[in-house]
Amino acid sequence: MHATTCDYMADLVHNALEAGASRIQLTCETVAGVIRVVVSDNGCGMTPAQIQLAENPFFSHPGKHPKRRVGLGLPLLRQAVETTQGSMTIESAPNQGTTVSFSMDARHLDAPPLGDIPGTFMTLMSLPGDYDLVIARHSDEDSYTIARHEIQEVLGDLENTLNLSLVRQWLAELEHGVSATSAPQAHVA
Amino acid sequence: MSKLTLDDLRKLRDTQRAELQQRETGTKSVHIVVGMGTCGIAAGAKETLNALVDAVAARKLDSVLVRQTGCMGLCHSEPTVEVIVPGMPKVIYGKVKAEQAAMIVEQHVIGKRLLDDHILDRPAVDVMR
Repeated sequence: MHATTCDYMADLVHNALEAGASRIQLTCETVAGVIRVVVSDNGCGMTPAQIQLAENPFFSHPGKHPKRRVGLGLPLLRQAVETTQGSMTIESAPNQGTTVSFSMDARHLDAPPLGDIPGTFMTLMSLPGDYDLVIARHSDEDSYTIARHEIQEVLGDLENTLNLSLVRQWLAELEHGVSATSAPQAHVA
Repeated sequence: MSKLTLDDLRKLRDTQRAELQQRETGTKSVHIVVGMGTCGIAAGAKETLNALVDAVAARKLDSVLVRQTGCMGLCHSEPTVEVIVPGMPKVIYGKVKAEQAAMIVEQHVIGKRLLDDHILDRPAVDVMR
């Protein structure tokens, strides 16, 4: 299993991009002790049979990894969700995009810690390719929404490392506002 | 609670640009590619990437691009990082934790010396010769 909830989020966003999505919506809520994550994309989608295959740890996309026989993203998430008696759904249809959502009780003994939110959002904003990613973050305290195209308008190239550093500084301050009390410590440069 | 906006990001940007203008520029781009597949994530590639960003920001190196890619097929040695410095062979490093990430910036990118202990067995042909 992954170390933190953020790692599962990252996997899901990578999946969306690999499905050819140009628009991805990520929602990350920590409300009343429950972590809820929804990743919705407008990528190629899956048939019911493909959804089943996607959850098989011994299957990976044949085009993406022609020689590889394992794909652990969704199976690891499924394991984490089942261990913590959470829930997880995959809704998808060919050419209709995919929505993966999961929720876990953060107080469950086996629940992974939330992880480094600013660092994770920074990496998700700077993946290669032309896509828009909108991230909505909610907590008991507050909420914020950020969009990749807006950040790009302000900073330009998001592969430039100094720009990334600025994005993370900004995200750390935003995140501090929503998790001042329950904070996993913000990563500050 | 005061809300941060894109304007705050703009201010951050302008502060940084003002600082940068005092520095010599004109260096060619350095590319650093971090493997962020499921294997990389599980091995801590995000911490590695964060450490790279920290090290580059600490030295205020403009023209260093950090790119993320999927699994490079070297899952046994994650986190993996490929470093492309103009005039030097392309190198893939394995088992790059935060400490090695900082060394990549200091020693490889700035000092132009390879980190011998972390090179994986897919070196550029000009290293083999």
